Amino acid sequence: MADKTVTSTRKLTIAKSMAEAISQEMGRDESVLVMGEDIAKLGGVFGNTGGLLDAYGPERVRDTPISETGFIGAAVGMAAAGMRPIVELMFVDFFGVCMDAIYNLAAKQSYFSGGRVACPMVLMTSVGGGYGDAGQHSQCLYATFAHLPGMKVVIPSNAYDAKGLMLAAIRDPNPVIFMYHKALQGMGWLGTVPGSIVPVPQEDYEVPIGAARVVREGSDVSLVGLGATLHHCLDAAASADNDGISAEVIDLRTIAPLDRATVIASARKTGRLIAVDDDYMTCGVAGEVIASVCESGTKLKAPPIRIAHPDIPIPFSPAMEHFVLPNQDKVKAAIKSVMEAAR
Amino acid sequence: MSKIESNRSHRLWMYRNMVKSRAFEDAVKSAYFEGKQPLFNMANGPIPGEMHLSNGQEPCAVGVCAHLRVDDTVTATHRPHHIAIAKGVDLNRMAAEIFGKESGLSGGRGGHMHLFDPNVNFTCSGIIGQGLGPAVGAALAARMKGSDAIAVAFLGEGAVNQGAFHEALNLAAVWKAPVVFVIEDNAYGISVAKRQATAVERNADRAVGYRMPGVFVPGNDPDAIYEAAGEAIAHARRGDGPSLLELETTRLEGHFIGDAEGYRPKGEVAALRKDDPIPRFRTLLEQDGVTASELERIEKEADAAVDAAFDFARASSLPPGEAAFAHVFFEGNRSWPTRP
Repeated sequence: MADKTVTSTRKLTIAKSMAEAISQEMGRDESVLVMGEDIAKLGGVFGNTGGLLDAYGPERVRDTPISETGFIGAAVGMAAAGMRPIVELMFVDFFGVCMDAIYNLAAKQSYFSGGRVACPMVLMTSVGGGYGDAGQHSQCLYATFAHLPGMKVVIPSNAYDAKGLMLAAIRDPNPVIFMYHKALQGMGWLGTVPGSIVPVPQEDYEVPIGAARVVREGSDVSLVGLGATLHHCLDAAASADNDGISAEVIDLRTIAPLDRATVIASARKTGRLIAVDDDYMTCGVAGEVIASVCESGTKLKAPPIRIAHPDIPIPFSPAMEHFVLPNQDKVKAAIKSVMEAAR
Repeated sequence: MSKIESNRSHRLWMYRNMVKSRAFEDAVKSAYFEGKQPLFNMANGPIPGEMHLSNGQEPCAVGVCAHLRVDDTVTATHRPHHIAIAKGVDLNRMAAEIFGKESGLSGGRGGHMHLFDPNVNFTCSGIIGQGLGPAVGAALAARMKGSDAIAVAFLGEGAVNQGAFHEALNLAAVWKAPVVFVIEDNAYGISVAKRQATAVERNADRAVGYRMPGVFVPGNDPDAIYEAAGEAIAHARRGDGPSLLELETTRLEGHFIGDAEGYRPKGEVAALRKDDPIPRFRTLLEQDGVTASELERIEKEADAAVDAAFDFARASSLPPGEAAFAHVFFEGNRSWPTRP
């Protein structure tokens, strides 16, 4: 029982909690294996597979050639054959070389087999910028994946959700794209939002896929975020408190399937809606959130606002990158705007 | 069974599946034109969409699949029927799938380029070269489970210029996966001749680049393919890793039904038809002592099986529109597959 006291206060980074979830599930289910570039000896460029090679050996923890089409395609065949592969696409920006295996094979395996062949695979992939890595290593591409049917897409904003979503993802009989945001990953060399490092229970638990969470209750305005932007929303909400504005904050956690009901209920309560998304603006998740609320017939007191990355490549120079990325000041300004519009 | 008897038995098996495949394709072709004449519109008739027939390529399917077990995996191409038949895919449900019927392999969600039959571990995909990675994965999964099952990926000669081909061969070699890559070289990628598209004369030569055996089999001859495939498959089953087979074959039809084939030299198809592998093999069998009545019986049985499959397909119901919403996600047991 002493353990329990320790574990309940033990804080982990998202990287460590992902690795813990994978390790625990590999111990429980021998059909689980991990494949990807630099995931074995290195433990993952972003730390999410640390310790697995030592624990489970090279047959189940495989460093791959730089060959995403090959090994992600192989994962689809493995999943059809009853294994539960977890594959890593190091940066989501690299999807261009392997998308067929993802959206034409994995995502359609159940459909094309009339529900007779499952595709239990997890594709882990890092997203997000803000650290000067420019336009081929900083994208989010949430909407690109969420747009395509047949796969689920999750993105944790903290280590607790990361572990629970990972366990749920591995056990899901469908392909799950597990996005993890580099600004939250907890790598020493990358800088980390402190709010992502939270207590993580040692034991096995799942965070349900498809369920958003109201992380902060409020009555004046609903702020909807995901991954890193959730933290912008929380910071802006704390600041709004000082101005006597009560902001509710929702963490989407899953973007496919999208938990529209939770967002609509919140908007119905507060009458004001701001959606914050660091993917490209047009046809994006923030727009989808707003459309869902509008279609529900919810009467808003002010026009909804979306904050997202503009429809331009992500620039390298910090002077430009931070100008275009969402941040808490942009959320604060939007709160001000919807509150004033209502007066 | 003596060697001669065994030889006779697998040759008759190959002949049976070749004629069944040809009968199936001929039946597809005839049904495909229903509702499409006099004006050809791909959307009309009981079988809409593109249709890629495999006439002429039967030796590849039977020569390879004669060595396969039910638990061996096959990933095939957009031109899949001959391979599906040789792998033992349910003929009735396959025909029904092609007609878009509820009783089809996927209930009409996939159609002729997306045939899945988990009972015999067969799949195919409409995207060139993309079945190769999954075959490597299936092979590796078998090995990890302690089975000596193998996987075979079929591809056309046009697919060798896709990145997926090179990635899959390299991955299979690095991981010594029990997989055989089978190139059906029918000389055309849709309309583009192989010599215009591929830098090397023999694709089997590419195996050297991936440190695996590469074998070229000329002649579209089921016996020769059977022999070469037997070695490659035994090699994989023994745990010695992947191989590449390049099988010379012929495309007796257009890329798709309705293809005017203006890109083929005059007389080419007629010449190829004169050397149709099925009558050629029949003559060989007769020369080797198989009686005409036995061959006729095989042919009749094949026709009957195809007729029954098409009757089943035509008699089956079309799915209700709302059925489109089922199976986007796997709804079965979470612990897929049910493990023993």
